[in-house]
Formats: sequence, structure tokens, C-alpha cells
Amino acid sequence: MPAESGSNRKPETGAFFQRDRTWHPPALTPNYKTSVLRSPQKALLALDNTLSEIAGPVFGHAMLGELDGDLIHNFARPGESAIGERIIIHGRVLDERGVGVPGALLEFWQANAGGRYRHKKDGYLAPLDPNFGGCGRAITSEDGGYAFRTVKPGPYPWPNGPNDWRPSHIHFSVFGHGFAQRLITQMYFEGDPLIWHCPIARGIPDKAAIETLIAALDMQSTIPFDARAYKFDIVLRGRRSSLFENRLEGN
Amino acid sequence: MAQSLDRLRESPSQTAGPYVHIGLTPNFCGIGGVYPSDLGAAMVNDKTRGDRIGLRIRVLDGTGTPLKDALIEIWQADADGLYNSPAELRGTADPNFIGWGRCPTDMDTGLCTFDTIKPGRVPFADGRLMAPHITLWIVARGINLGLHTRLYFSDEEKANAQDPILARIEHRIRVPTLIAERTGDIYVFDVHLQGEKETVFFDS
Repeated sequence: MPAESGSNRKPETGAFFQRDRTWHPPALTPNYKTSVLRSPQKALLALDNTLSEIAGPVFGHAMLGELDGDLIHNFARPGESAIGERIIIHGRVLDERGVGVPGALLEFWQANAGGRYRHKKDGYLAPLDPNFGGCGRAITSEDGGYAFRTVKPGPYPWPNGPNDWRPSHIHFSVFGHGFAQRLITQMYFEGDPLIWHCPIARGIPDKAAIETLIAALDMQSTIPFDARAYKFDIVLRGRRSSLFENRLEGN
Repeated sequence: MAQSLDRLRESPSQTAGPYVHIGLTPNFCGIGGVYPSDLGAAMVNDKTRGDRIGLRIRVLDGTGTPLKDALIEIWQADADGLYNSPAELRGTADPNFIGWGRCPTDMDTGLCTFDTIKPGRVPFADGRLMAPHITLWIVARGINLGLHTRLYFSDEEKANAQDPILARIEHRIRVPTLIAERTGDIYVFDVHLQGEKETVFFDS
């Protein structure tokens, strides 16, 4: 399967802007207990991007099935649908220059309306919904836009502190155009008081950075008598112009 | 005051959590019927050019215990050293090789198994050739931001000795943490997240 660019734009080949690792959560966030034994203790080796980091896989729209962006129906029995608050999540994938990222693959996963995941390791007593799987995917359009339908996930307890509850959230995995842009994050919902109690969200040092992960209620995009809407934009690393790069001999 | 640079800030990372499989490898965790197959599960077909190799990768925590809920993605050039990416301007990569694969660690053994090909050499920014390598990206519960490292090959001693990235590692005792050991056509690679044998991770 050859790579498809998803765009008529000329491919960009510049290195990515360096990551601001004071903006991201550090590796060691002891209040999130599992990070204690899973965080490197030695310094990272700084590496200006080579082609190995600048290039990355690109996925074409052809891979998408008709219901990939509809979590209400993609696991449901014919004529049935998932139970819960029907919502649309939409937004754009941009890079740090404010440019829309076309052809970006987004994959998302979440618990059901009661906070239960369809996973054998999840033993929470809230029941599974027979019509809800919890996964979906989308590829951004020419301007970086995407949308999908789902039910709002419920909060759930987890064995960290003696009484820790995750806020309602949807996990996002994002591919830009280069492997160094690869990102996994979580989307939270406007107004959820649990966000400010959560050791995972609060592993991000800056409150302003946490706020960029909170989707806004978007009544203008709501479909009356069907589904409410939330808007969630995602920002990937920007990149230098290739004019600033070293030229290879004879190139 | 000067003009504003007017840049956005990258969305902060969050852990992939213990149920990453639901989103990235749903068939692996028993959610069938949504996608025909898990993305990145098969890297080669009959027409892919190059020498077939297998990778056996584990990720170990600070006590040496293998992670059974991690997920690894690999990214590599084809047999001629070309990437299957729009950013590859030196030629057209093997159309039968995307160069990207994804594998969750086995829930019992912690092992990730990739069947792929040995990559060709790719140039560094100044034109020197890097040694054959595969880029790894590791996410899991407890990892707040995906970890980036490289896998080099134990039977490429000469190329490894000239590699501009490996040459940058000040503490030479750490270089072997990036080199997979060959047994037949299989390369074995343990990633140590922390401790004495901690793998070199990159900020790239």
C-alpha cells in the first residue's frame, strides 16, 4: 500500500520544533503511582531530527469503514444503539504554527456511559453495554477537521489512592506527518469537577496546559433533539522550513 | 515589546492507560467486528523486498518486571533505506512495505513480536550514513509521554561504530542498551525503563 499524502500540498521535510517538556507531564509524577517504576531516571539524549523522525506513516481515507466514526452504532446490534448521553466531538488538528494538519489519523477509545471499559482487565462492577465497544477512528480533512459521534463516558474508580476517580475522558491517539509528532492524550469535559482531583490530569504542571485538554460544550454544533456537541482541537508539533535545513551534497 | 511569535502550544501528552488496546488493537482484546484487522499487525507480504527478520521486544520496569500492558510502535526504512512517507524525497520506497508496525505486549509473557525486514541505511543530516536502525515508540499505563528509542543490530558492528547518533552517547557503557542481539533471524531487545541497565531514550 503506497503512502497517500491526504493533501495536494507539497510535502514538508523540515525538522520539528523542539518539544517543551516543561509543558508536558514529567515522566515521574509520584501521585500517579504507576509512574514511579516506569519513569526513566537518566536524562534523555537530545537529538535534532533526522529523516527517521521527520518521516512518518500516512494513512489514506480508504482504510476507514462507514461506522468507524460512530461509536453509538459501530458495535451495536442491528437497529439498536449504545445507551448514554449522545454527543458529537469535533474539532481540528493543527500544528504549532496554527496550520491545519490534513490526513492525520485519529484513534479514540473510552469507557461506556457507566464508566466500564470493554476489556478483560476492567473489573469495575458497573455493567457493560452490549451495544457499545468503545473504539473509533477518523482521518482529518484538508483543513485538519474531524468529527465523531459517541456517548459521554462515565467517571470510574481506579486503584491509585484509596478513593481516586478518573474524570470522564476520551483517549486520543494522533499521527501527524512525521513520527516525532506521534502523540497520545486524553480529552476531558467542560465543567467536570473531577479533573482537578485527578493525579493523571494534574501530572501536567501548568493549569493552563490542563485547560487545553478540556473540550468546550458547543451548543451551535448541537443537533436539536439528537446529540449535544463538544469542540476539541489538538495541536501537534510545528516544523521548521526546509530552507533552514542543511542541504546534502548535490541536493 | 516585539511582535508576537503567534504560535500555539503542543497539546500536552497523557498516559495511554491500561486499556490502550481498546482503541489501538481492538481485535487483540476481543472487540471484534469494528475493524477488519488491527492496524500495524502485519508488516510484510510475499512481495516485500529484503531479508526477513523477527524482533522479540520486552519492556521492563524499575524492578525488572516485564510490562504486560504496554504498546510498541516501530518505524523503519525499507531494504534500500527509503521511508514510505511523503517526506521521503530521495526515491520511492517499496510499495509493499509501509515501514510501520504496532504490537501490544503479550498479556501473559510481556513479549512483542514483529515480523519485518532488515532496514537499509538512511543518511544523517550531513549526508553520512547512519547504521541500520528501527525507531521505537513506547506507551503504557504509568508512562506520561511516549518514550522514543532506537533498535540497532548486533551483527552491524562496523556500521554501528560509525553511527553519528551512537557516537553521541557520552557514557559508552550505555551504547549496548540500544543494540538487539541476533540469534538466527531473530533479534532480541529488552527495553529497561529505569535502573542500572536503563535504555537510552531520546528527546528528538
